[in-house]
Amino acid sequence: MKRRLLLLAAAPALLGAALGLGACAPSPPRNTGVYLLVDTSGSYNRQVRKAEQITLYALTRLQSSDSIAVARIDTGSFTEKDIIAKATFDDRPSTANQQKRAFASHVEKFIDQSAPAPYTDITGGLLQAIEFLNEKHTARKEILILSDMKEELAKGYVRDIPLDFRGFDVVALNVTKLRADNFDPRQYLARLDEWRTRVEKGGGHWRVINDLDRLDGLL
Amino acid sequence: MTALLTFTPWPAVSAGILLILLVAALYFARDTAHQAIQAAAGALAQGLRVASHSVAHAQAGLAARNREVLLAAGRESREHVIEREFIRIADTVRKDLSGYPDMHRRLSETIVRIEEDQRQAVEVPPEAPGWAQAVEVVANLDARNAGAEILADIHKSMVKAHSEAMNDYRRASSERHLLLRRMMPDWRLIQETLGRVNRSIEGVIDRSQAIDRHIQEYEAIVRGEDRAAAVLSSSSIVYFFISALVLAVATAGTAVNFTLIARPMAEMVGGTNYIGTWRTADIAALVIIMVEISMGLFLMESLRITRLFPVIGALSDKMRVRMMITTFMILFLMASIEAGLAYMREVLLLDEMATNALLRGDSTGSLVNSHLWITTAAQMGMGFVLPFALVFVAIPLETFVHSLRTVVGLIGIALLQALALLLRLLGNASRHLGGIARRVYDLPLFVPLWIETRMREAARQAANAQGAVPSEAWKEVRT
Repeated sequence: MKRRLLLLAAAPALLGAALGLGACAPSPPRNTGVYLLVDTSGSYNRQVRKAEQITLYALTRLQSSDSIAVARIDTGSFTEKDIIAKATFDDRPSTANQQKRAFASHVEKFIDQSAPAPYTDITGGLLQAIEFLNEKHTARKEILILSDMKEELAKGYVRDIPLDFRGFDVVALNVTKLRADNFDPRQYLARLDEWRTRVEKGGGHWRVINDLDRLDGLL
Repeated sequence: MTALLTFTPWPAVSAGILLILLVAALYFARDTAHQAIQAAAGALAQGLRVASHSVAHAQAGLAARNREVLLAAGRESREHVIEREFIRIADTVRKDLSGYPDMHRRLSETIVRIEEDQRQAVEVPPEAPGWAQAVEVVANLDARNAGAEILADIHKSMVKAHSEAMNDYRRASSERHLLLRRMMPDWRLIQETLGRVNRSIEGVIDRSQAIDRHIQEYEAIVRGEDRAAAVLSSSSIVYFFISALVLAVATAGTAVNFTLIARPMAEMVGGTNYIGTWRTADIAALVIIMVEISMGLFLMESLRITRLFPVIGALSDKMRVRMMITTFMILFLMASIEAGLAYMREVLLLDEMATNALLRGDSTGSLVNSHLWITTAAQMGMGFVLPFALVFVAIPLETFVHSLRTVVGLIGIALLQALALLLRLLGNASRHLGGIARRVYDLPLFVPLWIETRMREAARQAANAQGAVPSEAWKEVRT
């Protein structure tokens, strides 16, 4: 009888141990990684303020263990130096909230001090984004590009390289029309089509959202 | 397929020849085919009938087993009820009738006292004066010869004696009345005592009548009467639905409890760890609630309110009390932890709301409501009370488990009955399908069958014609 009683008392402990063992088993990642590229070139620098809006929206959508980075697109964007802020949120929701507040403050500071860049290296920024998100091993990978998608490379920069977008969602945000686009809209359409082809050829999924008041479908 | 139609230059002719050959082949194989169809249909029908019998047999076995279980459960239940009634009678007897010897002594003393008082209170008639006759004689004397003075003296003496006698009588009456008045409290005491005894006896009689009723039901169950089984069965179904309803309410309570502690648990075990498809924080919250319910079950078992675990019921009283205290302490600790987690939930919620308001650029979101403490206190109160409320889940759970056996048995019986009926129907249908298949087989053979019928008819007529000649000859012989 004593043995039975011991077994009865040990049942919750056994259950706890089983759950503990279960917790040790690896589970597939469920987190999200977001990389926001902000075009700081002369033609787009006036739109940079909108990056804050997108960042704050992304922060409200992200949860614990998600990752986010905000980087600028300038003359040469394939560098860690262009990453303005990055964070992987803590497992504990309260700490994650503190990190979100700090991140928002950091991005706000950058936007206030942003200076226009002479060239626009979008491909370099995408390469950096792919590298960052692949390192984070997130289940969902989102690259957000706040740009007019007009790439202008400085002399000596080689960017004619294939990009591996497998598992990535690439979203072009607020793709503004240039003066030349107004004369010939085909240029604008051709530019977007070129990027769509490039992303889809790399195995990614391409989207364009121009209305920033309707970001509901994002993330 | 087209190659088959090319053995003559004309496909239509080929098709016609093939059709004739096919019909001929079917016609010649007709008896065998009919036998095969009949045999197959018969075998299928037989198999289904055997299966139906087998299922019906299983259903009867299950019904018998269910009845046994039901009667055993009813017997056990009645035994508990009767045992409880006897315990109540024992309590009544111990509480109310244990002082019976003392009460009897007091009653006897009171009665003796009353008898004594009554004896003393008996009215004693005043003694007649011994000289009354002499007075009468003197009174009859001629007043002129005797002295009137003597008579006056006698009269005076008599009046005085009468007055004294009256005074004595009044004093004695007063004493008697005093004694009678002293009897009043004793009478009341006797009345109250007897009334109390009467009430106790009536209670015992009521209990004994209830026991009689239960014993009759118990005897009916022991005899295995159909009525008793039917009553137990319907009771089980009622108990099943009532306990299921209460358990559903308890489940809702568990869900509320879970909501209270799931969010703060993410702070302790992490918000993004998963076990399978379940968040570890949710599982941890659920485990806490389950452990609380388990402790509640053990507490109820220790109190002998439920009897789900015979091991606990069979423990010594000392061990049971220890177990009761231990489980209660664990419950109390867990309830306190839950109250703390509920408070933490509110804090986290406010933090998250403030962060989201900041990110949305909403300045009003971070304002704190001055009456928010009411919600916080209510959450903490619920976090503390719900674990204790969930303790009582053990009672409907026990009823549910016990009634579930019967209900599952009844459902099983109904399913087996339906299956047996279905198999029987299928058996009959297969037999009829065999008949239909034979008719369908004969359908393309209508031409040879018609010819066969005609030929058979002609043969019969010919045979009849041959048989008619001898009969007429016989008639001629007779005439």
